[in-house]
This record gives sequence, structure tokens and C-alpha cells, in this order.
Amino acid sequence: MSNQTLESIGQDYDTQFGFHDPENYVFKSGRGLTRETVEAMSAMKKEPAWMLEFRLKALEIYHQKPMPRWGDSKMLDSIDFDNIHYYVRPSEREEKNWDDVPQDIRNTFDKLGIPEAERKFLAGVTAQYESEVVYHSISKDLEAQGVRFLSMDDGLRQFPEIVRQYLGTIIPPHDNKFAALNSAVWSGGSFVYVPKNTHVNIPLQAYFRINTENMGQFERTLIIADEGSSVHYVEGCTAPTYSSDSLHSAVVELIALAGAKIRYTTIQNWSKNVYNLVTKRAVAYRNARVEWVDGNLGSKLTMKYPAVYLMEPGAHGEILSIAFSGDDQHQDAGAKIVHAAPNTTSVVTSKSISKGTGRSSYRGLVRVEKGATGVKSSVVCDALLLNPESRTDTYPTMEIHDSTANIGHEASVSKVSDEQLYYLRSRGLSESQAMMMIINGFIEPFTRELPLEYAVELNRLIQLEMEGSVG
Amino acid sequence: MSPPFFVAEDLHVAIEGKEILKGVDLVINTGEIHALMGRNGAGKSTLTHALMGHPKYEITRGRILLNGEDLATLPPEERAHKGLFLAFQYPTAIPGVSVVNFLRAALKARRGADMPIKEFRTTLFAEMDRLGMEKQFASRYVNDGFSGGEKKRLEILQMAMLQPTLCLLDETDSGLDIDALKIVAEGVNHYMNPNVGVLLVTHYQRLLNYITPHFVHVMIDGRIVQSGGAELALQLEAQGYDWLTPQLRDQSPVAGRQSQ
Repeated sequence: MSNQTLESIGQDYDTQFGFHDPENYVFKSGRGLTRETVEAMSAMKKEPAWMLEFRLKALEIYHQKPMPRWGDSKMLDSIDFDNIHYYVRPSEREEKNWDDVPQDIRNTFDKLGIPEAERKFLAGVTAQYESEVVYHSISKDLEAQGVRFLSMDDGLRQFPEIVRQYLGTIIPPHDNKFAALNSAVWSGGSFVYVPKNTHVNIPLQAYFRINTENMGQFERTLIIADEGSSVHYVEGCTAPTYSSDSLHSAVVELIALAGAKIRYTTIQNWSKNVYNLVTKRAVAYRNARVEWVDGNLGSKLTMKYPAVYLMEPGAHGEILSIAFSGDDQHQDAGAKIVHAAPNTTSVVTSKSISKGTGRSSYRGLVRVEKGATGVKSSVVCDALLLNPESRTDTYPTMEIHDSTANIGHEASVSKVSDEQLYYLRSRGLSESQAMMMIINGFIEPFTRELPLEYAVELNRLIQLEMEGSVG
Repeated sequence: MSPPFFVAEDLHVAIEGKEILKGVDLVINTGEIHALMGRNGAGKSTLTHALMGHPKYEITRGRILLNGEDLATLPPEERAHKGLFLAFQYPTAIPGVSVVNFLRAALKARRGADMPIKEFRTTLFAEMDRLGMEKQFASRYVNDGFSGGEKKRLEILQMAMLQPTLCLLDETDSGLDIDALKIVAEGVNHYMNPNVGVLLVTHYQRLLNYITPHFVHVMIDGRIVQSGGAELALQLEAQGYDWLTPQLRDQSPVAGRQSQ
């Protein structure tokens, strides 16, 4: 396989995505994380006392907890936590009207193509810029249905009881160091509440960006689908390129009550200086369904293991993920399913591609608790290595405590076969076209689940990474 | 006088340093169907892959000329653009890629532009129908989980859609029952026209009951040792290969035509 068909990632990134507006913010916290930072942030947001308490307790836990020793320790140890601004607020208030949004922020969204997308495709948009939600709009349909799609800050203000009831119950601050960090300094993210038997027919979307150098991004998302309801939430983000490191440490909690369905789709394409350490977890109750569709293309290091806890009979969890690692990247992704009730089912499909010196890992857990009878679970993880120096690792764990469980696990590692390339080339495709076709075929189980515009964007992004600047 | 459509001239091919073809001479003119027969291991498939440009097959001596142009230095995709097509004996699976997407991409690579979608669909379904393939076959993944017969039919479908001028059909009949064989043969016969040359590699005489060759060549140990008309195939069927020895090798590349 000739080397010139493989271009390094990011050759075109600066012109396409890598831009940043001059820093023009109303408030920017000093570097480093102190009690004062958290108190100032909470006061500025005018939060209830219990939320400040929640934050401060989490801060304590964060300082106490050691850094995890698994994953990519070398990369984790190199994060300089003292050199990060933990809170930046670009404007005084949230805007509902697009025309009122400050110009440089609108420019950012213009460059990302959001206004058009909003017009054409979206039901409602919450767009995060730095740490605050700058702009969101909710279409009349959603409001009429009683669906709440707000920034997390607004959700806290308008529905404090719901937030207090659920926030931190799925992912408590002591869960891990980064959950604690997020719990202390979270800002922005989405709050979604879908009432009983209500079906949201269009995907709800949000965008995130990191802009200030050394800016941490700690959005917190809470989605509650009440009984019999259904919703699809789509998250996708880009970030400009920097020489120093950026930290993205989000927490996403999903609650699917009886008979409800939540699908959460992510295409992550952070620039290669970002550490993306995310905790995502869902609980599914009786006959409920949660699907994580998780695409990881960017960042220097991603550690993310979407999880579904199946709490009552008939619940179903699915995790469909792809990871693409190019030079100097490490996608440490995976899935976690816990069967805590009988007659629950789960499907995990993981596809990873490693290119150049990239490293992809699958880290997964399937646990069946004692008494959870009649469980069916299937895990398929496939890895594709594009170069001799590419690397992939699989760490699957099965903890099965009930003998009636029906568990399947298949794993494969392959490289692009010469025979496949030759067959396609004999039909007139160039080597790079043949390679793209094979890769598209490899991730097809994933792309067929994406909304069309995301499938198109994903295809373009992968093509960019495979071929360099195409023009 | 224009050059012959296709000439293989003293072709020597090696795989990993081991010489398999030891001087193959062959001339194919447009409008002609040439059958290539021989035992397993004689080098028949090696010839087709060497002509198509398989990276592992090295041409150590000789030339392969299509319309006077030597293809030997060209990669497989460029040979395809010049009109070459190989129906594989063992077609490769491309999981996740549907037949229809694959054909559209191949067609675009061949023509330089997308065929209008309506025309594409009409043509595709007509050709599929001719080959006894149901419409939903187009959404299956290329050769993934296909039976032998389905794979062979897809090869002929590709040929019909891509419209090559030099068709190399490698054991297109192997693994087919008589009904499938008839359909595939009909597909080839229908495609045949005065602008197309066909090299039909076959192990058994049976296919030649349905596709009548103009010339039959016999390969033994990396060389074509005998050429003749269609009746040569019948003779091989009746008598086997033993009566042919290297001493019987005919030196002239146009022997087949002279014997007509």
C-alpha cells in the first residue's frame, strides 16, 4: 500500500474548522480551580443554595480522588489542571432571537453553518459557546407538546424540582474524578424533559465549542423521557486548533421511564489538542429503550464508555460506536451494559479504525446481576488497522452472575485486504477510492443509523482524514 | 493496417519469484470468443490476473498489447478504464457496500461522471432481470454471504453495466448448476458484439455447449500448447489432456485462425 495515498490528519483543518475569534468575553475566571471560582460562578448564575452545596461537595471529592491509572495514563498525567480557565461567559443573557446574538458569536455559528441547519433541519437549537448557552430557540410545536428543551442553566431555574430529583442520581460526583470535576464546575449543556406518551419527531440538536485558550468545557446534560415518550437528541462539536491543551469533561445523564425511548447521537470531532473525558450513562425502566450512537473522530485522547443500566424487565439497551484514530490520537471508547432485571436485552456494536500511529481501544463491560434471568446480550467489536504501526486493543469484560444468560461476543481485527483493493481497482476505482469504499462498508452499520446530514458530514470528515486536502 | 485488438506476446509471469507462465502467445480480435482450457495449476487464472494487473503477479518478459498499447506498466484501474474486465473465479466480498452503490461508483469511475439515476436504475433492473436476479438483490452487500451462483451472476451483471471491450471470464461456470449456467451463458452471449473480445477460461467442456467459442486454446504448464476450433474442446472432453505433449506445441500465435 503506497504511503502517498495516506495524508496526515489536519492538513486542511485550519482553513476548514480551525479559527478562533479574538477573546471578547464579559467574564473569564482566573486560571486554576479554587473554591472561590466555584462560588463566583454559582453567584453569577444566581443558583439556589443546594446547587452551590452540590458543587462544593463535588469539588472536595475532585481534590481527593486520584487520577485513574487505566486508560492512557501518560496522556492523563500530562494535563495541566492549574492552567485552565474554568468559566467564561460571553454575554450577559441568553438570546432567543438570532438577530440579537453578538456579532462575533454569530460569525462562529455562521462558519459552522448553523443558521442554515437550524432553518432546514432542526426543531430547536441550544448552541453552547464557551460555557454559557448563548442562543437557543424552541419551536412552537415543541412548546405545544409540553416538551422542555432548555439550556441546563435555564432548566435549573425553571424546573428546580425535576433537576434536583434527577441530577447526579445516575452519575454521582464520587463516580470518578472527572464526574466530580464536572459536578463542581458544570456550565451549559441541555435539559430535556419529554412528557408522558409524547413523541418528539425531529432530532433535538446542540453544538459545542471551545474557544479561549486553555478553556475547559464542562457541560452537563440531563434528559428525562417520561413514560411512553420518545426523543432523539443529537450532539456534535468542533473546536479550533491550539498549541496548548483543552479539556472537555462532560457528563450526560439519561432517564428512560417505563415504555420510553431515548436515542442519543454524537459525532465528536475535537481538534487534536483536546482531552475529551466524558461520562455518559442511562437508566432504562420497564420496557424502555436507550440507544447510544457514538462517533469519535477527533481529540488527542477520548475516554468515553456510554452505559445503559437496565433496571426493570423488558428494558433494552444499545450502544453503537465508531472510533477513528489517526496519528498521535488515542480513542479509548467502549460500552457498559448492566442487566439488573430479568428479560432485558442489549446489543453492542463497536467499529474502530486505526490509521498511522493512531491507537483505538475498545473497553467494554457486560454485567448480568444474579436474579436477572432470561437476559440476551450480544457484543460485536471489529477493528480495522490501516498501517503496520497502527494499534488496536480490546478489553472486554463479562461479569455474568446468572446461568440463564445468553451472551454472545465476537471480536475481529483485520487490515484492509489486498484482495479487496485489487477487486475494486479492477473495476476502475483508484486505490484511495477503493480504500474509502472499504472503510465506508466497514462502518456502514453505524452510518445507516445517523440522520442524513450527519451521515454526509461523517463521510466527508473521514474522507478528509484519509486523503488530506482534496479541495 | 491497424494492430490486432489484443496481443499477448511471449508472456512470462512469476508469482513470488516462481515462474508460472513460460511464454504465452495469444491474439484476440474483436468479435471473437476464445476458450482457454487446461488442468488445474496449468496457469489459466494466472494469465487472467496478470492481464488484469494483480500486484503479486510479475511480468518478467513479454508484452500485453491492447489496441497496440502495452498495459504491463499500468495499474488495474487504468486497465479497466481502457476496457479490460475480469470476471473473477473467486469474487471478493466487500461487506457493508451495497451492490447498487458499488455499481454506481464503478460506473462513475469508468465514465468519468454519474449516470443519471433514472437511466441507471432502468438499465440495472433490466440487466438483473435478464440474469434472473430479483430487485432486492441490489441492496445486498457485494459478494457478502452470496452463494457461488449469485457471485458468478454478479460478475456478469458488472460486465453488462460497465461495458468493457476485452472480457476475461475466469471459470465463470464453476459451481453453477445447469439452470444457472444457462442464464450466465445467455448473459455472455447477449453481451457479445463485434466490438468485444472474450477470453473464456473454463475447466469443463459443458459451458461451451452454451457459449460457442471461435477458438479453443489448451494451456499446459504455463504455455499454450495447442489451438484449434470449437471441436478441440470436444476432443479434450473425450480424450483428456494426455495426448498433448510439449512437442505438439504450435509456434504460431495465429494457428487457431489458420485451422478454420
